[in-house]
Amino acid sequence: MGTVAHVLAVDAVPARSQMGSSLGFHIILACFGIAFAAVTLTAEWIGIRRGDAAALLLARRWSKVMAVLVAVGAVSGTVLSYEMGLLWPGLMGRFGAAIGFPFSMEGIFFFLEAIFVGVYLYGWRRLPPWAHWWSGVPIVVAGVLGALSVVAANSWMNSPAGYTLSHGKITSVDPWSVFFNASTPYETAHMVLAAYMVTGFVVAGVYAVGLLRGRRDRYHRLGFAVPFTIAGILAPLQVMMGDIIARFIADNQPVKFAAMEYVAQTARDAPEWVGGIFINGKVYFGAAIPAFDSILVGFSPHTRVIGWDSVPPDQRPPLVTLIHLSFDLMVGIGFFLFALAAWQGWWWWFHRRLLLTPWFLVPSAVSGVAAVAAMEAGWVVTEVGRQPWIVYHVMLVSQAVTPSRGVPVTLAVILVLYAILTLVSIGVPVVMSRRWRQNTAAEEEAEQVPYGPSPAWASPASFPPPPAVPGASSGGPQAP
Amino acid sequence: MSPSPEAIAVAAILIVVIAAYALFGGADFGGGIWDLLAGSAERGPAPRRLIDESITPVWEANHVWLVFILVLTWTAFPPAFAAIMTALFVPLSLSVLGIVLRGAGFAFRHTAQRLQMQQLTGALFAAASLITPFFMGTVIGAVATGQVPVHPAGNVLAAWTSPTAILTGFLFVAACAYVSAVFLVLEARQRGHQDLVRYFSLRATAAGVVTGALAGGTFAELSASSPYVYARLTGIALPLAAISIAAGIAVLGMLWLRWYHALFLRGTAAIAVATVVCGWGLAQYPYLFPTSLPLATGSAPTGSLVAELVVAGLAVLLVAPGFALLYFLQQRRILTEADSDADLRLAAHLEPAIPGRPAAAPAPAGPPITTALVLAMVAVRLIRDAFSRTHRR
Repeated sequence: MGTVAHVLAVDAVPARSQMGSSLGFHIILACFGIAFAAVTLTAEWIGIRRGDAAALLLARRWSKVMAVLVAVGAVSGTVLSYEMGLLWPGLMGRFGAAIGFPFSMEGIFFFLEAIFVGVYLYGWRRLPPWAHWWSGVPIVVAGVLGALSVVAANSWMNSPAGYTLSHGKITSVDPWSVFFNASTPYETAHMVLAAYMVTGFVVAGVYAVGLLRGRRDRYHRLGFAVPFTIAGILAPLQVMMGDIIARFIADNQPVKFAAMEYVAQTARDAPEWVGGIFINGKVYFGAAIPAFDSILVGFSPHTRVIGWDSVPPDQRPPLVTLIHLSFDLMVGIGFFLFALAAWQGWWWWFHRRLLLTPWFLVPSAVSGVAAVAAMEAGWVVTEVGRQPWIVYHVMLVSQAVTPSRGVPVTLAVILVLYAILTLVSIGVPVVMSRRWRQNTAAEEEAEQVPYGPSPAWASPASFPPPPAVPGASSGGPQAP
Repeated sequence: MSPSPEAIAVAAILIVVIAAYALFGGADFGGGIWDLLAGSAERGPAPRRLIDESITPVWEANHVWLVFILVLTWTAFPPAFAAIMTALFVPLSLSVLGIVLRGAGFAFRHTAQRLQMQQLTGALFAAASLITPFFMGTVIGAVATGQVPVHPAGNVLAAWTSPTAILTGFLFVAACAYVSAVFLVLEARQRGHQDLVRYFSLRATAAGVVTGALAGGTFAELSASSPYVYARLTGIALPLAAISIAAGIAVLGMLWLRWYHALFLRGTAAIAVATVVCGWGLAQYPYLFPTSLPLATGSAPTGSLVAELVVAGLAVLLVAPGFALLYFLQQRRILTEADSDADLRLAAHLEPAIPGRPAAAPAPAGPPITTALVLAMVAVRLIRDAFSRTHRR
């Protein structure tokens, strides 16, 4: 309990909570911004290649959902760039010159992404199929590069590099070293994989629910299979990546690693704790695997693992129990998703068809929520684990926080607003999907989403109807 | 100590980006304002529909200008950014509030079907369009009057509540309404809504007169609150101010004569706004905060500045073609032979899962051309496609 009181006593807590909640919200939308286009393009590719109308319809509907999510993500992303200054003027005043470059790059990639989301949505009606498919490719590329840029900025806070400081002022900056600091490759790879897994499992989860409710047509099977396959192929990679990153952190930020694994004292034969609550130097309710932590870090039980006793108490992260349990949750879910993917893969390998039993679909339906939880837990580990530093071993959070006293108010407002935004970003796709099931095709045609063309431009009332196309049944009534 | 050429270049880019945001973002906010003023549910739908149609497509791209302003400022001028963010915490937070409300209202209003829900989200969207430019105006007013301390110890209420700052806030709102109304005149004309052309032409004239009056008021206030800026505005920046006034009057004249030339009207209104922003930038030179924080001491090391210049170059190189493509698609309302949702629905539901039967899917238009320059390819195909269709007609 001592640690909790300590944290609440620090005046950076409201600012930190506000940053944490805005980031925690935005990152989910960011995942869709990074990966949804790839999932959609896969469906469209299948649709064009095999002449599969169900796949094309899925792609078209997903692109509408993507537009809504990118629109909300743009808002929460703008809020974050404001908050960098509003909450952490100390950080930006001193290190803005360094950390600014990756953010500027992100600005470009986001710009590209927003534009091509617009092109892609317009293009459904205005471009030939393959040209339209290609118009979606920049979204995928910009998504990954944008993730690289923003995560590079966060990595820089973990492994500051590329600047010289004299008398508390930055005198020179090497943007390249800032961007490609020691943590960048690890964090970026982990986050991009996480984004694809979150998107894949969330979308697959939605169609798993549909399948469980008895909608077993090709549309729903494809809607499940496409995102699940993408996420499932990446799940084992992510587990491997996580293992590599843990070793990097043990080396690069040993105190963070100590908090993740409950290493109070530097020791050999360090045990691996699974679960457990850390109170006054003891771990309760946890299972210890003897020497396994040492083995994981250095492939030998005699590996020395650095404990948090290596730094004075005021430089240790608070809330070690939160950090450790978040880490365990992330790892546990990672293995759960890996197992789920392996199960489906096994079945596919031997039977060449989708496994769609309730025993498989029920855990698949929750896989999306689980993936989101794992990603959030991972961010808790890296952010809380870096405390009390905002720039690791260079600047304390307390030195960076704003002296303005309005933060508790803005925190309350942000919490309310983000609750609304959450409702919007979940509610809009839900409302849309209900409408797709109930309404007529004409009404779906008239549907409007952010970025998309307005129906007035495409409606037959103001313009001549589209010419009849070979292979396409134009117009509803006369079709069988 | 005079500022380095890199610092001047980045400052100039920052001013250009601000001008772009004032124009495009301003038109966007102005749309929200006219939406708010469009009246009851019986009277309002026609103008609201036009606003909605012309704002929707480019809305997000406008948003990114703001992100660029923030990022450019903090990278190139970190001390100024930190001071502004600390001292002007309140108006900046309020402007963010507006942005979030706008975004939420905007994302949801298209999906809201019931009228009440539509009205609520619409009102949210419109009210936010008023809040954001107003408080951004007070921020600019506070900076221009040199009221932002270089090392603030907390919020500085006096900085953004001075008469100049408040006037600037109102000026921003009026300018947004003005730019937007001028653009909407042309949008209405393009769509052939003669009544709406009259409607927005009247409003553009009114907003133009109000904007001019507020600009005059702010200018007069500056003489007392910021002598340095006032002196430069009446000195070296005077030509820009004069161009702005002339352009403003020219727009009013064109509206009066009903000479709705798409390029000239739009361009002249844009010049009126952009020259004011540039004039303000020139009037502040060489200070970030007039007379307390010079550009030279407030700018980042050369490495960061050069990086920002490279980013700006990249932005032009990468974003411009994309933007052009989007704009091109938006302006050319051509329907291609692609299937409608209805076709796909029928095909997917009535003829499901028969392998090898190309139901409604379009025949692949030749093999995908393997080229690294995806962007160029899309553009080429698009242009080719567009021209071939024109010929057929």
